[in-house]
Amino acid sequence: MTTITIPEGMPQYGDVPRFDVEKVRADFPILGREVNGHPMVYLDSGNTSQKPRQVIDAMREHFEHHNANVARSVHQVGTEATEAYEGARAKVARFVNAASPEEIVFVKNATEAINLVAYAISNSPAASRLALGPGDEIVISEMEHHSNIVPWQLLCERTGATLRWFKVTDAGRLDLEDLDELVNERTKLVSYALVSNVLGTVNPTSAITARAHEVGALVLLDASQGVPHIPVDVADLGADFLAFTGHKMCGPTGIGVLWGRYELLEQMPPVLGGGSMIETVTMERSTFAAPPARFEAGTPPIAEAVGLGAAVDYLTGIGMEAIRWHEKELAAYALDALGTVPGLRIFGPTTPVGRGGTISFGLDGVHPHDVGQILDSVGVEVRVGHHCARPLCVRYGVPAMTRASFYLYTTTDEVDALVRGLEQVRKVFG
Amino acid sequence: MEFEQLYQEIILDHYKHPHGRGLREPVTGSSVGEAHHVNPTCGDEVTIRVAADGDVLADVSYDGMGCSISQASASVLHELLRGQHAGQAFKIMDGFVELMGGRGQVTPDEELLGDGIAFAGVARYPARVKCALLPWMAFKDAAVRAGVAGSSPSAAASEVQGS
Ligand SMILES: Cc1ncc(COP(=O)(O)O)c(C=O)c1O
Repeated sequence: MTTITIPEGMPQYGDVPRFDVEKVRADFPILGREVNGHPMVYLDSGNTSQKPRQVIDAMREHFEHHNANVARSVHQVGTEATEAYEGARAKVARFVNAASPEEIVFVKNATEAINLVAYAISNSPAASRLALGPGDEIVISEMEHHSNIVPWQLLCERTGATLRWFKVTDAGRLDLEDLDELVNERTKLVSYALVSNVLGTVNPTSAITARAHEVGALVLLDASQGVPHIPVDVADLGADFLAFTGHKMCGPTGIGVLWGRYELLEQMPPVLGGGSMIETVTMERSTFAAPPARFEAGTPPIAEAVGLGAAVDYLTGIGMEAIRWHEKELAAYALDALGTVPGLRIFGPTTPVGRGGTISFGLDGVHPHDVGQILDSVGVEVRVGHHCARPLCVRYGVPAMTRASFYLYTTTDEVDALVRGLEQVRKVFG
Repeated sequence: MEFEQLYQEIILDHYKHPHGRGLREPVTGSSVGEAHHVNPTCGDEVTIRVAADGDVLADVSYDGMGCSISQASASVLHELLRGQHAGQAFKIMDGFVELMGGRGQVTPDEELLGDGIAFAGVARYPARVKCALLPWMAFKDAAVRAGVAGSSPSAAASEVQGS
């Protein structure tokens, strides 16, 4: 690895917060298992993360001792369940530095969070600042997950608005050359990934949010790959909405988060109707609760919220800054190590700057399916395919990619196992 | 090692040296059908062109791109079905489909399936069964379009879609 000497007086590498990765690994029961007779090397955290005992225990504890429905019971257990659910909301709010817990809407996953905003927009009356129609534009990017493409395509179909997008440079960065033209007076919303799930790129925010707000557009950040890996402070980011998903941040599946600035959430009409989201109901019509309840129709994922709260506590205990550094060092190590594999091409930033610990690559003459299969035979679990970002694969002229994605429990030994596995792949297909 | 079951030498050989690859112009007078199938989860693609002369599959040509399993399967399909009577071709196809659906429990009939028996190991990997079946499902559709009797179109599309 290339090391740079940092001048005296500047913050040194030694000052960076760190943690003992072996101690962290001991918290994750699944990391002790084998796959095909080899110790499992789990390099698919970008897909879903593993869960620490603390999260598993918190959910079991909830079911064993506090299970009841929320917000509609006067009894003791119901009160405990409500406190647990609302407590999780408060934890998540603190984790991303939201102005208040009421800015946190619990949903099923990031996909639902994004769709919620899209449907609230098309449900908005023409007089609303959220209303969208022919002539209006929505801007996304070429590096989006399908979750941040398809809802906007559908919204444009419903409203007659036009979809536009940032291009991606060869180096795997958003091409901001045309920022001022792309984001213009017609733009109503800019929605893009804080961190790319394929390239690992950490995208810039200030230039884009500044331009968007200058022309009166709102900004949604798909932070599905951001919140789990880097410190995220919504006050700092200057965005209007943030979407993320529990299962990629040590929490369970079935719970995700939409953060929105409260004055915007307040202007948004409901999307799903039902129990818990109303103020009063007559046979003719209903009035609706204030956010976040307005957007949480029906019985919510209660135990999942508790699990997410425990995940947030766990990550906070380790420290998001330390997790960011751990992954940065892994990325540096892996980029160097993968660079030694003949015929390997990295898609995205090849230096560990402005990127996280997710690395996609191609191996000359071998289809990613075959790469993934042979890696699996030696216990190395990676993702292969288009990673729900088909336009990005098209951008790079490949039908599919192989992706290794790291997290706080990933080690350099595991990166070595990946590189050894790739040698095996080359032998079989050589 | 595990992967040797999956990547039988026969499969790798068909992948690295595909037999009769490339779509061929049919001789005039034959009845032609073509189908292009895509596996949406991985982007593998295969096009199969069937040129029928009455009841005989005078040519079965193909093209595609994708993983070793899907492309080797197309090469084997070409080997097995070209020149066959429709009835026998569908018998072979049914045998191959049965083998792939057998989760490794079906003993393949070498007489019927030839090099296709190398795919027996693939049946143990549900994620890869679709790769192996991709050209066969495309063939099924192409045969219908070529007006070859004994083929039913409906199952084909649904089997490669999904997941
Ligand atoms: C960048 C990005 N956005 C959105 C999603 C969708 O997350 P979920 O499937 O949990 O809704 C993912 C996860 O695959 C992702 O990586």
